[in-house]
Amino acid sequence: MGAYLAFKETWRNRARFLLISLLVALLTALVLFIAGLAEGLGRGNIEYLSNLDADLIAYQADAQLLIAASRLPRGILQNIERVPGVKSAGPIEFSRVSIILPGTTPQGQSPRPLDVSLIQVEPGRPGEPPVRFGRQLQNRRGKEAIIDSLVARRAGLSVGDEFTIRSLQGTREEFYTLRVVGITTSQQYAIQPSIIVPLLTGDQIKPKPVVEDRPSSDLASNIIAIKLDLPADPAEARAFRELMKQRLESQVKKIQVVDIRTAYENTPGYSAQKGTLDTQRYFALVIGVLVLGGFFQIQALQKVAQIGVLKAIGTPNRTIIAASLVQITVVTAFGVFLGTVITLSLALVLPVGIPIVFAPQTVFIALVSLLLIGPLGGLLSIRYSVSVEPLTALGLAQ
Amino acid sequence: MSIALEVRNVTKIYGSGENAVVAVNDVSFSVAEGEFIALVGPSGSGKTTLLAMLAGLLYPTHGSIYIDGQDLAKMNDAQRTAFRRQRIGFTFQTNNLMPYLTARENVELMMRLNGGCKSECRHMAVELLTRLGLGNRLNNLPRQLSGGEQQRVAIARALIHDPTLVLTDEPTASLDTERAYQVVETFADLIHGYQRAGIMVTHDLRLCIYVDRVIQMQDGRIVRILSQRDEIDEFASARRRRAELVAATEITPASLTPDGQSPR
Repeated sequence: MGAYLAFKETWRNRARFLLISLLVALLTALVLFIAGLAEGLGRGNIEYLSNLDADLIAYQADAQLLIAASRLPRGILQNIERVPGVKSAGPIEFSRVSIILPGTTPQGQSPRPLDVSLIQVEPGRPGEPPVRFGRQLQNRRGKEAIIDSLVARRAGLSVGDEFTIRSLQGTREEFYTLRVVGITTSQQYAIQPSIIVPLLTGDQIKPKPVVEDRPSSDLASNIIAIKLDLPADPAEARAFRELMKQRLESQVKKIQVVDIRTAYENTPGYSAQKGTLDTQRYFALVIGVLVLGGFFQIQALQKVAQIGVLKAIGTPNRTIIAASLVQITVVTAFGVFLGTVITLSLALVLPVGIPIVFAPQTVFIALVSLLLIGPLGGLLSIRYSVSVEPLTALGLAQ
Repeated sequence: MSIALEVRNVTKIYGSGENAVVAVNDVSFSVAEGEFIALVGPSGSGKTTLLAMLAGLLYPTHGSIYIDGQDLAKMNDAQRTAFRRQRIGFTFQTNNLMPYLTARENVELMMRLNGGCKSECRHMAVELLTRLGLGNRLNNLPRQLSGGEQQRVAIARALIHDPTLVLTDEPTASLDTERAYQVVETFADLIHGYQRAGIMVTHDLRLCIYVDRVIQMQDGRIVRILSQRDEIDEFASARRRRAELVAATEITPASLTPDGQSPR
């Protein structure tokens, strides 16, 4: 009976309810875009780290978990590998270079170079991502690289292609040619797509403030990815990870060891950026609750006489509540559906460079939150409707 | 004829102590099936409060109200709501109809509230509305109907579920005189035809020509009961003469005698 009243009222006043659904649709689009942006920017910052096939990451002890400030000499890698429980360890070094794109623009100019993160790893050790096409790195000094799928798409590269890297060495621009040996999944770091090269090769390519006459004999890296001999049981594995953190920090001097999650949460800007975008998203949801709450409350105030008559002729409160809930849910659900369609359609035509990612889990959480704001906003109006006295119909209500 | 409604020594007091207001004071009467009575009296005489108690919307402070032999005072809120839905028909001064339901749907509403509306219920609603002259207005929304048509839809809604008691509060308040007579005449015909007990609260005494009994209230008490046809007709026509004279001479009602005559 509640559903009957709700549908009749909504349908016969469809223009009014469509307007509020459109408002919900706009809020949905706003929340989804913010969620997508948070996901996209978050991934852009931490994708490589979060995908790492490692259990722990070692930083320089006084680097405050800042990758750029952390320098770990080669000797520390060997010390870490000697600690019982460590399966393997791999040094990782990060820097930025540009890929010179071939061809010309329609205006006859050279295309703008593609900025990428240069990630140096030891072939076969933790830090080297698995390839989807081609092969893994083989030669520690080879002029070869694994590129991520974003670089492959934006630079138009495939396995076997050669490409040129531009890097600043002191005050001079130097150019290096590498061959693509493998393509991996998206591995963004610092909001840039990545190319993964052997540590020694990368050491020559990476930008340097001063040109060195000879390469440094003591190779260093920013961080070291550590893989452990973990027990199969998840609870035991968790405990073992904690134990190994303490063991590594006590047995290897001047390092700080954290798990992967702590590592990427301490990536510069990640938490602040995520916090800002999450605040915007929650604020949009609160606005939604207030707008819908206001709309349905005004509607309840306008319907006092009707509700009074309904109650006077014997309509139970549960029918009044059901009618309100069904109406609020239908209006909200239609708005959310409309907003989702609008957002996903717009996402299809967005330029490739805009970091918006609609991850199923994020979208699902956003949609559930949006579906809840209707009933939540309508609670006050439902409470008000229930409190209307049937005596109102006779003009006797106090 | 069996008794449909019995009111025994009903009193309603609002507030307490020095602020107590006696709205209805020791009222007793009964209404038989097929009987249509008018509850009349000036504003503040307690007639609407009494109507609210008859509908189970207010508890009497003292006394008992029996409908179909069941004491309303012994029912809790949920039972009274269900009782209203099943055994009482109601029309109000204004805002009678749900604005988003058509005339037919408004009438079917009572059946839906009482468990559903199958094809038989739809047929009954159409038949009743047709009998009330609204056969061509079945699918019109209230805003597309005149005030008189809306009242007739409300009357159909009040009768469709076969109630014991039909209550109507100032049914002609928003109607012109001609429409008011039509609506009350129709209402009286249906009360008699369907053998329901009907109570109409009105301040328009001219409409009493259609009722079987007039209960006149003042200051919460019953001050007069007219049950003889000639008494009622005389009562109503005196008021009609009074009203006509007021309209014709534009002299104030206070300057007329209670019988509608000009003072000597």
